[in-house]
Amino acid sequence: MGTVAAHGLCKSFGKVQALDGVTLDVPDGSFFVVLGPSGAGKTTTLRAIAGLEKLDAGSVHLDGRDATGDAPAARDLAMVFQNYALYPRHTAYENIASPLRARRRSSSEIAAAVEQMSSLLHIERLLQRRPAQLSGGEMQRVALARALVRRPRAFLMDEPLTNLDLKLRVEMRTELTRIHRSLGATFVYVTNDQVEALSMADQVAVLKEGKVQQVGTPAEVYERPANQWVAGFVGSPPISLLACHAEGDRLVGAEGWTLPRPRWTTAEDGRPLLLGLRAEDLSVEQRGDASLSGELYGLEPLGDRTVVDVRVGTEILKVKARPTVTGTPGERLLVTVDLDRAHLFDAGTGLALSEAGR
Amino acid sequence: MAVSVDEAVSTGPVRDHTSPARRFGGRGRSVLEIALLTVLAVVMLFPVLWMIETSIKENRDVYAIPAKFFDFTVTLDHFKDVFVASGGRSSLSGSFLNSFVVAGVSTVLATVLGVPAAWAYSRFAVKAKKDQLFFILSTRFMPPVVVVIPIFLMYRQFGLIDTKLGLILIYTAFNVPFTIWMMKGFVDEVPAEYEDAAMLDGYTRLQAFWRFTLPLLLPGIAATAVFALIFSWNEFVFAIFLTSSDDVRTAPPAIAGLIGGTTVDWGLVAAASVVFALPVLVFAYLVRKHLVAGVTLGAVRR
Repeated sequence: MGTVAAHGLCKSFGKVQALDGVTLDVPDGSFFVVLGPSGAGKTTTLRAIAGLEKLDAGSVHLDGRDATGDAPAARDLAMVFQNYALYPRHTAYENIASPLRARRRSSSEIAAAVEQMSSLLHIERLLQRRPAQLSGGEMQRVALARALVRRPRAFLMDEPLTNLDLKLRVEMRTELTRIHRSLGATFVYVTNDQVEALSMADQVAVLKEGKVQQVGTPAEVYERPANQWVAGFVGSPPISLLACHAEGDRLVGAEGWTLPRPRWTTAEDGRPLLLGLRAEDLSVEQRGDASLSGELYGLEPLGDRTVVDVRVGTEILKVKARPTVTGTPGERLLVTVDLDRAHLFDAGTGLALSEAGR
Repeated sequence: MAVSVDEAVSTGPVRDHTSPARRFGGRGRSVLEIALLTVLAVVMLFPVLWMIETSIKENRDVYAIPAKFFDFTVTLDHFKDVFVASGGRSSLSGSFLNSFVVAGVSTVLATVLGVPAAWAYSRFAVKAKKDQLFFILSTRFMPPVVVVIPIFLMYRQFGLIDTKLGLILIYTAFNVPFTIWMMKGFVDEVPAEYEDAAMLDGYTRLQAFWRFTLPLLLPGIAATAVFALIFSWNEFVFAIFLTSSDDVRTAPPAIAGLIGGTTVDWGLVAAASVVFALPVLVFAYLVRKHLVAGVTLGAVRR
């Protein structure tokens, strides 16, 4: 078992409200990612679950039992810290053994567990080194081993891959997913990297300024963002947002363009809206009749694709295109819009319009 | 990454990039530096040198006019006099013992009280933390001579006048604020995550501090304790006001007491002063590595 339930977490540091009623329900055995920009309260949420942060309000239930006031040691959780927090005067072996030593396990049991973990993470030859003699990736593995060496209720991971270089990060992503699958344990994983969230998570909670914006599967968060902010935060290149309003069966843009009104839109005429268009739902090739006219603003070749910046009035659309696309800035072009995959948000509240009819 | 020996050890002439002209200028300056430092050292060290010389001169050489710099008779009689009087231990040796006890106990007390306090001020959200720390520091604002009269009156009420306990308490009170302030800086340098990690490993807060933070603080504690010890060892004003009997009196007022009267045994004064200066020098020498580590902690890593 390993369910983690945090309800209405509130925490302020001086005048800064770090957590403002954060509620998360992490099912047993899931890979639950808390995603948000820096300063969103992700780490504070994790520390509150771990018992390292005293809450102003709210409760933490572990396996259905109220653990709000419990000491960290009593919660039976393991945590990987962003800076690894390996004990500098202990060898890698002693670092990994530490949770077992705290539980007074026999030294033969400890040796067996450390050996098993070090072979799982390929760090056998590092065991006698101290943290200062390890590279970033090696420290990360030792920190992971220290968490994995026992079977806690849940594993808490605070941006464990942030300090690694890109290649290692991609490698460790796969490895973490593999470990999660083989253990079947509950992971609560904090990151500001949406790629990590989308690629690893069973469930994603998007956090902003201490408030949960949306909880869902990676696909839900990407395909049906709950509000304009989530739409803008998740996805790369970022979603393009155009001010508009509905008029009969048309959408009329603030910049003067018009598009057919998507069938599922329920917004009344004249209400200020934002039309959200992802780069892959736009095309510079003629593919349909719903199109916007603009001028080429710039090209970002990314190898496997090129992002075309198209200026429509004063707004910039990011359009995904083939890597072979060419053009000169200022040149007029038509952008075809896949309206079935467009998003509409209320311009005032930022909330997504009901997509019940979609 | 594997680097072969050939790659790692360059055979080319890369070691010295300094041009000859620059080096010549550098050497010229260093000669001047050495000359100035020599003059300075002679001026600064002359009293120390003279004290040591006097302590090993025979009495007729001590009082010789003109003073004898080199050709005097060496004797250790003065040092013997420091420790041994006719028929047993001298009163000076008792004073040294008192100094050891008072300085040692007050340093241990200040460290035992101050280090956990510094840790708490560094790690926990304490209400009005800055005000509290300022208040603690403010007890050091007054020089001892200003507060010695009220403390004398208080001590008289409590029967602490002319007791070693009284001196230990006042030195501890003076060293605790210093210890808290100095140690707080050291604790701040140790990331709190070590304790967080330890608590998640299953240790309690105090175990986490004891097992993982405290060992990292040892150089800082050593440096702080040396400073506290030197303060207690050297302290004069409280010692002379609050103690009177030979059984209690510490070395500084006892040595000062040798001067006065009709004749002054300068040889004894000098020998006592050398003995008095020695422990501090030795102790500072022993922990010099920690002192440097303490002073530079935080400047290197992070």
